[in-house]
Amino acid sequence: MNWKAFGAMLARDAHVARRNAIQLFFQTFLQPLLFVFIFGRVMVGSGYMPPQYKSLLLPGIIAISMVFTGIWAVAMPLIAEFQWTREIEDRLLAPIDIRWIAIEKVLAGMIQAAVAGLVVIPLAWLVLGRGVGISVQSPLEFIAIVLLVSAFSACGGLALGCSMNQQHIGLMFSMLLTPMIFFGCTYYPWSALEKFPILQKAVLINPIVYASEGMRGTLVPQFPHLSTLATLAALLFFDIVLLVVGLKQFDKKAIS
Amino acid sequence: MATGGFVARGAARGSKQPKPQITALDGLSLEIQPGEIFGLLGPNGAGKSTTVGVLTTRVRPTSGRAWIGQHDVWKEQAEVKHLIGVVPQRPNHDFSLTAREILIFHAAYFGMGSKERNERADSLLEKFKLTDRANQMVRGFSGGMMQRLSIARAMMHDPKVLFLDEPSAGLDPQTRILLWEIIRDYNREGKTILLTTHYMEEADALCHRLAIVDHGKIIALDTPQQLKASIPGGYLLRLRFGNQTSELFQRLQSLAGVREVRPNDGAGTDVYADRGGSLIPEIASLAASAGAELSDVHISEPSLENLFLHHTGRSLRD
Repeated sequence: MNWKAFGAMLARDAHVARRNAIQLFFQTFLQPLLFVFIFGRVMVGSGYMPPQYKSLLLPGIIAISMVFTGIWAVAMPLIAEFQWTREIEDRLLAPIDIRWIAIEKVLAGMIQAAVAGLVVIPLAWLVLGRGVGISVQSPLEFIAIVLLVSAFSACGGLALGCSMNQQHIGLMFSMLLTPMIFFGCTYYPWSALEKFPILQKAVLINPIVYASEGMRGTLVPQFPHLSTLATLAALLFFDIVLLVVGLKQFDKKAIS
Repeated sequence: MATGGFVARGAARGSKQPKPQITALDGLSLEIQPGEIFGLLGPNGAGKSTTVGVLTTRVRPTSGRAWIGQHDVWKEQAEVKHLIGVVPQRPNHDFSLTAREILIFHAAYFGMGSKERNERADSLLEKFKLTDRANQMVRGFSGGMMQRLSIARAMMHDPKVLFLDEPSAGLDPQTRILLWEIIRDYNREGKTILLTTHYMEEADALCHRLAIVDHGKIIALDTPQQLKASIPGGYLLRLRFGNQTSELFQRLQSLAGVREVRPNDGAGTDVYADRGGSLIPEIASLAASAGAELSDVHISEPSLENLFLHHTGRSLRD
């Protein structure tokens, strides 16, 4: 394993992220903050939503921000670099096993996803104003959830980025990610689906359910949520599957 | 390596994966000596880029083996990548970086120290006349500038073998001459160079040895001089007659200095001969007496183009 090459590639990604910091900031935070403002501030303030909804909404928003950021950070550059600019070629010729190049992308995506999740908390808190009842009961559980959700988003980005064609990016968002987010228990807890028993079972194949429910379990345990252990296990499962698929697809794309 | 010798060898029977399978290389085998400028010459689609791909870890052959020095390309990829520098056919620069950063990060991937990579980047930027654009993003660079930067990047980690895939495609004549000088300079440092081209002049001017490739096979391999000398007679006269008969063929064959007469795929006749222009009056009068008026003449001196034509019946530009 060539750690120097791995470190240099990570440094390159950090350098590019710093250069695009302002763009990245808006791309990552604008949409979740608008959501928080409309649902948490406007709807609650006007009495259409109960005051507790603020606390219920926040973990879901954190999960979405992380998932979107990780997928975007890994998938979009890979799609462009493999199909359009071919700029990844220079890294594929670096003296390192090419699987580590994919893993570097995943690590960079995980860092961005984790930062997005952690930064959205105080920002959303500011937008929501008073009455947000979140607290970290078990820091270890919280760290584990953040790590596994980051890994899920980055590995998902790797698998998608190496499987999608450039012309399918729009489809990826409208047909895949949007339904995943709406059926991902992001704006409501999983228990709210009780009245729709079939749907409630069906959404369990959606990894975002475990991301939002896991966040809910560690940040707002006063609301009903899936068991934290189950969410951790499910996230770990999805992380591994997506990483294996992603690495395989990467290898296929990288070597003709 | 231990003896200072350096060989790039490839023997591959390769095919690209997309269905239906296209055989890009068909039992191509060659051995390149250390310190050599070796050229692969052939038309588009001949298998030149695939050969480079197989030798540079980018195209996995379906069978066969490839070595750089003592290293098996497909078993010791990281070691091989240390030894090679690759200039791709199409620039593939990192659009998020400036020209200088592209060189610096490339060197960092190869583990070069900070001071060394900064110095080397500056000297290469200077050498490739890119110093004044060093801190600009490459997005706005012209084709020639991108190409120069590609070569500078490939040289950053001081590779022992430099691969250049169609290095002068799309370059203006001035940049092409600069490129040739740079390639010769690098070779003088004892480096091995493998380049692909479909420009005859380039192969002739630069390469110590050449392989002429077509349909994934090597048709001929030698020094440019030897290759040119191997064409029967050397001169090629492409003729066109109003009325072409077999009798005319036989009579052309009997002219002094004519080595070979062949019909070419159009309605013409190719004559390989020891002399060029001085044959024309004889051919013209011979044609007139056979009732087949000579309507078009093209004379070419001994060249690799003629050689390719001789071996394949096709022009390189077809």
